[in-house]
Amino acid sequence: MEERKNRKKKTIPAYAKYAGRNMWSGILFGIGMVAFIDEMVFHQLLHWHHFYDKSTTAIGLVSDGIFHAFSWFATVASLFMVADLRRRRAWHAARWWGGILLGAGLFQLYDGTIQHKVWKLHQIRYDVEVLPYDLVWNSTACLMIAFSILTLVRTRPPRAEMNDGYE
Amino acid sequence: MMAMNNLHHGAGLTHQLLLALPFIMAIILYISAVLLSLQRQRPWHWHRSVFWIAGCLSAIAAVSGPLARRAVFDFEAHMAGHLLLGMLAPLLMVLGAPVTLMLRTLRPRSARRLSRLLRSWPVRVISDPLFASILNVGGLWLLYTTNLYSAMHGSNPLHALIHLHVFLAGYVFTAAIIYIDPTPHRASFVYRSGALIAALAAHGMLSKYIYAHPPAGVSAIQAESGGMLMYYGGDAVDVILICILCYQWYKRCRPRIPLSVSKPEGFPQN
Repeated sequence: MEERKNRKKKTIPAYAKYAGRNMWSGILFGIGMVAFIDEMVFHQLLHWHHFYDKSTTAIGLVSDGIFHAFSWFATVASLFMVADLRRRRAWHAARWWGGILLGAGLFQLYDGTIQHKVWKLHQIRYDVEVLPYDLVWNSTACLMIAFSILTLVRTRPPRAEMNDGYE
Repeated sequence: MMAMNNLHHGAGLTHQLLLALPFIMAIILYISAVLLSLQRQRPWHWHRSVFWIAGCLSAIAAVSGPLARRAVFDFEAHMAGHLLLGMLAPLLMVLGAPVTLMLRTLRPRSARRLSRLLRSWPVRVISDPLFASILNVGGLWLLYTTNLYSAMHGSNPLHALIHLHVFLAGYVFTAAIIYIDPTPHRASFVYRSGALIAALAAHGMLSKYIYAHPPAGVSAIQAESGGMLMYYGGDAVDVILICILCYQWYKRCRPRIPLSVSKPEGFPQN
């Protein structure tokens, strides 16, 4: 309703113009957040994950290095993007949260399947039957992705306005 | 535990003094320049002086005193020294804006020569973010994955050269990522971010590599604790670098036209 009114007045709501940036900022923050929780909870507090598992493949080490560095950067950069969106009065909390769930879910799924299983970076926990842990890990990831898609579709601004809005 | 025969290299008093001397000189020169600048009624932010002096002190702490003495046989102490000399000291010293201070203190002719030097092509190549990253982290890969590390403890000149390189490469890298001083060759934020992420990733990978493959003459336990210190310490210093880079982006891309309530964006719409 409100968007429609705005279109009549020939002005674009700021959040519609920056719908993409809202989502991307959320995705980046989601990746950073899940990496941070992973480090804090599973490495530091529970000591389930190992800093370096001797069965790690070389490509696993590279992938982990890149994702660790990227997520560290993304956490900070995404919050500066939020500050930028807010000063443009274009921050859309729901869409941003949708982005967070998408980023967090995708990264967790990648971590749980490719990094843990294919490249054997490390396992979720040692000296236990790891299958239930893997199932919980990856289904949480899938749940987050499903919710994120729902949220992102619901918060999508009308197409015409989105296209108009991009620089 | 240690395979090193000669424990004196890198720990002798004269050698320590030699390595610390440039940084002591740097503090003296900087303070003189600030005093000269103030005398000419040109104010200088006191926090810049604090950054510079703190940077020099952390470099001095790395190359002399108890940490340097321990670094000869204790890999974890060596790694703490690396973090101070190669990461923290460069960051703090870049924040001291020494080139700005030099440009305003030098005689006009020398200042012009300095700014010509900064615009020259060798400086352009070295200050390219990706080149600076390779210079910085590539040097560390060489040091810890070849025999260089054990050779360093057998030769004073080599020890001095490597420490000089670690500091200078760290400084060039920091100055290529965040722009505090006048920078004639500017790279985009995306390029600088990419280079920073690549350097951070290579640094993290190297720390895990050291954890699993101790350099010659380093025990497995020391390699593990040293590798983890490098990993987390690197993250701690780099997050400051990331924050400053992002803050510079935030300031740079502010909306140019004042915002108004009726038109949320204030931009002309076509």
